[in-house]
Amino acid sequence: MHTMIVLIPLLPLAGFVVTLLLGKRVLSARPEVVSLAAVTASWVLSMIVVAHVFGAHDKAIDFNLFTWVSAGSFHVQWGYLVDSLAAVMLIVVSTIGMLVHYYSIGYMRSDGGYYRFFAYLNLFMFAMFTLILANNYLLVFLGWEGVGLCSYLLISFWFHKKSASQAGKKAFLVNRIGDWGFTLGLFLIFTTFGSLQFGQVFAKVSLVSPGLVTWISLLLFVGAVGKSAQFPLHVWLPDAMEGPTPVSALIHAATMVNAGVYMIARSYPLVSHSHTAMLVVMIVGTFTAIYAACIALTQNDIKKVIAYSTISSLGFMFMALGAGAWVAAIFYLFAHGFFKGLLFLGSGSVIHSMSGEQDMRRMGGLRKKLPLTFWTMLIGALANVGMFPFAGFWAKDEILGGDFSAHYYIVWAVGIVTAFVTALFMFRLMFLTFWGENRASAEVQRHIHESPRVMTVPLVILAIPAAVLGLVVGLPPDGGWLHTFLQPVFFNVEKEHFAWAGTGGGLMALSLVVVALGISTAYVAYLRRPGLPARAAARVPWAYEASYHKFYMDEFYNAAVIRPVMGFAMWLWAFVDVRVIDGAVNGLAWLWGAFGRVLRPLQTGRAQSYAFGVFAGLFVLIILIRYFWGA
Amino acid sequence: MILIALIAWPFVAGVAAWIAGRRRPHVARWVSVLAMGAGLLALAVVWIVKAPDFALSGHGPFVASVHVAWVPQLGISFFVAADGLSLVMVTLCYALGLLAVLSSWREVTTRVGFFHFMLLWTIAALVGVFTALDLFLFYFLFEMMLVPMFFLIALWGHERRVYAAVKFFLFTQIGGLLMLVAILALYVIHGRQTGVYTFDYLQLLGTHLSMATATWLMLGFFAAFAVKLPAVPLHTWLPDAHTQAPTAGSLVLAGLLIKIGAYGMIRFMVPLFPQAAFRAAPVFMGLAVLGILYGAVLAFAQRDLKRLVAYTSVSHMGFVLLAIFAWNTLALQGAVLEIVCHAFSTGALFAIVGLMQERLHTRDMDKMGGLWLTAPRMGAVALVFALASLGLPSLGNFVAEFLILIGSWRVSEPATVLAAFGLVAATIYSLWLIQRVFQGRETPAVTMPDLTLREGVMLAAMAAPLLWLGVYPQPLFNAVRPGLAALQQRAVRGAPPPSSAVLLPPPTTRAAPTGSDAGAVSMSGDAQ
Repeated sequence: MHTMIVLIPLLPLAGFVVTLLLGKRVLSARPEVVSLAAVTASWVLSMIVVAHVFGAHDKAIDFNLFTWVSAGSFHVQWGYLVDSLAAVMLIVVSTIGMLVHYYSIGYMRSDGGYYRFFAYLNLFMFAMFTLILANNYLLVFLGWEGVGLCSYLLISFWFHKKSASQAGKKAFLVNRIGDWGFTLGLFLIFTTFGSLQFGQVFAKVSLVSPGLVTWISLLLFVGAVGKSAQFPLHVWLPDAMEGPTPVSALIHAATMVNAGVYMIARSYPLVSHSHTAMLVVMIVGTFTAIYAACIALTQNDIKKVIAYSTISSLGFMFMALGAGAWVAAIFYLFAHGFFKGLLFLGSGSVIHSMSGEQDMRRMGGLRKKLPLTFWTMLIGALANVGMFPFAGFWAKDEILGGDFSAHYYIVWAVGIVTAFVTALFMFRLMFLTFWGENRASAEVQRHIHESPRVMTVPLVILAIPAAVLGLVVGLPPDGGWLHTFLQPVFFNVEKEHFAWAGTGGGLMALSLVVVALGISTAYVAYLRRPGLPARAAARVPWAYEASYHKFYMDEFYNAAVIRPVMGFAMWLWAFVDVRVIDGAVNGLAWLWGAFGRVLRPLQTGRAQSYAFGVFAGLFVLIILIRYFWGA
Repeated sequence: MILIALIAWPFVAGVAAWIAGRRRPHVARWVSVLAMGAGLLALAVVWIVKAPDFALSGHGPFVASVHVAWVPQLGISFFVAADGLSLVMVTLCYALGLLAVLSSWREVTTRVGFFHFMLLWTIAALVGVFTALDLFLFYFLFEMMLVPMFFLIALWGHERRVYAAVKFFLFTQIGGLLMLVAILALYVIHGRQTGVYTFDYLQLLGTHLSMATATWLMLGFFAAFAVKLPAVPLHTWLPDAHTQAPTAGSLVLAGLLIKIGAYGMIRFMVPLFPQAAFRAAPVFMGLAVLGILYGAVLAFAQRDLKRLVAYTSVSHMGFVLLAIFAWNTLALQGAVLEIVCHAFSTGALFAIVGLMQERLHTRDMDKMGGLWLTAPRMGAVALVFALASLGLPSLGNFVAEFLILIGSWRVSEPATVLAAFGLVAATIYSLWLIQRVFQGRETPAVTMPDLTLREGVMLAAMAAPLLWLGVYPQPLFNAVRPGLAALQQRAVRGAPPPSSAVLLPPPTTRAAPTGSDAGAVSMSGDAQ
């Protein structure tokens, strides 16, 4: 079993090295085979490991490979931990990772950097597996930064595009700002607990002062805010859509962006000890959920809509974590990985068939021409908005139920509003894309075609869990298979359970009504009376402009951070370095030079005589000192 | 004896290269490569033979030493010795010496023999500096190295080479003179106290000094080492010297020369004047943090690629300075690792800039862009070193900076919080460098030939240690541990100090009084 666990991240790493080195020349005919083989094998191994964890219920596998860093009292091992939480993550990451690899064969076939793409994807799989399987914070951090690097590489995959290189840099940089907090959190964990190993840290939580635990939790959360694109560090994720669409599906919807949620969930024994930290997590998550949903409402780029939807969904997960609905958060993560991955891959299929068009205003009527894409995306959209009985319904309602039962009524209300807005923008996307008349140019229309099998089959496969996952693992609500499975990880969650027929059922019915209302509004606004949105926007232009311009966050950062820092840098250089310091030095040098002119005859330009001079001078000096001062 | 051989060998080889290079320039290159290669092989043998010794505590930190009276009348001796720390530095000298020769293979075409003589002379003096334990010898070699370095910049440098060389010489010379005064004062004080006039470092260690005297002498040493390191605001020689020097000069400067500052502080300054150093620690740690951020921010402002890389050195050396004044096992181990990793990562960036200048005849980033399209291998390699520079886990620089920060966290939390911003700033300049040079254009700004085999091998040889030290740094830690432990026993932070507690941050966060990291604040039951 240990060997298998080690191989899960190792195989993609090997695939990366082989593909990178041999992809261009040796494997030029089929550069993808090695990396496909690697992820497929990792998937098989993952499934075996998951089955094993399921069988050996309650017994986590925790082992060390070798000592990574050991200096003074600081010891960190390279070691892995597989428990039920890691197992759930393994299912999501390995399955979607593998499907995206296959999908990319079709999507990236004609790209010049084909082999490079697969190499990066494999490297990403290595880093992501390392992140979820690590048994200590430092190794998590290695995976964490590794996925950040791959995200950077893949966003700026078309590096010759200015916008892509800009977006990749932005993503990496914003993540590193979050990592600043993460790193400080690690320092505080180490100085407090004397270890970074999960087991050793979590065993001692109750011995540590609550203030410290709060600080640690908040610092870790700063990292999570960066990685999982929460307000105010969410600005990188929409730009990340510059990357190829399979990347958006894999990294920026299904796996990497969940890392922050995973890390907070993994730190459950710590975070759940701090009421303050939980509250902060919940507030940030709730705000992000509604904030991003409002932006998604007015975006025209199909991928941008899904990107903001992802931010909103991640906000939902943090809302759940903060409200103490730990299992519901992971449930949502589990379901979200499938349906959001599906939506992205579906949008990729749309873009592919539309000759690269991403603007929904020039789409429409694709229902008939792309039937498979349409039906699978419909399932994804229904799951995303939380329609019964799709996966998102069960997960979302557990979260809302969790808010309600924890007496966070305002949070619950915001959640309900978000559900309405989500239904609205998601079906705005569906109606604009798949219904009505096609608004593309004749040239583009002529080329519309359903994507090849290698792209549609992954869509179909992903549609299955998006549809039925909730029925399989989430029933009955708050007591399904997933709850039992995750019980050992979130061992101490105390929560009020609603009666099926009472409050619980009422809440579910209410949220269903809200979702239906959202979908019907979208139907009226975008199909029946297409002039309505424009009139509504004209009525409240400030609201429309604010949403359309993403509440001016990029402009704010530009004016408040980037430009002042750059100006300061230029000033520091031009004034402090060149004028002040060098000015002083040059003044001194002038004096030195004047002095030197007097002694010019001594300058022979020969190194030996300088050396002799140094030596002789020293001797004379020492003798003088000895003579006058010493004895 | 091996130590004397290691010091003399580059010098001898340098003379040979000079003579050989008069007729056939290429012979000078080959002689130098073979000399450095042979030295590395010899060092490999030393490592293998001595490796077991590092594991033995009680063996004493020194694995080799030579002590010969030189000018006994004045208490000067030829005393060189190597512990793990010195051996690491000496190995680094030879490795970078080899890389420096390789990187100037095509760049240097005039006075080739003399160039290699100067280069190898510098290496010889550096090996001496990193092993000398007689303060007179140390100072002598410290000055000896300036001469060839001056000529390397002034003769084979770029546009403003003379200005840069003079500036470099001036800064270092003034710092060195202050150190000389401090050395002589220490020599006299020790002589008066004991009647034994000697420059022997090990004997001088025990000298009793009043706090005021110790502080002045410490500042004398600090002046020399802070200029070398460099610490802000004594850093302005460095961007000029690095930028104007030929590639080999930049490599030696960034990889070795500025490391003398760090080495000198660890080996001499703090152990000789521990109380004074620790009393001043808050100030110097502040200076370190300033350097980290200042160097990084100034890197943003550069258009000249080489200058940008030079400013990043200022930032990285700030981490080392922070570690030295934190003075606990974690921070010091981190500092040594940073010294090694920075030598390779920044050295490689300088080498890449040199290769680009050879091809493009410019270092102006505004004239670059999109170069990945024309030189993908060079782009990929540059990315690796940029990632090392920004502290990506799995590369050695990360482990080093992480340990440094964790060590300094125990001494001063505010300083660490600010210093950690250096990692964010490093991300900015590293990614910006990659973007401005290699990305963001549909067609490359200029066409540029990709790496040749020799260049690729050379850069891969610099990346390999970074990866190794990022994943398995243990051999290095094991090697330097006894030496560092001995130094830490000489200078125990927080030990009986007169009034030092006043100036240090709250005692709860300070390292345990043994100076050997007795463990976490609340508990220390960490398992191996």
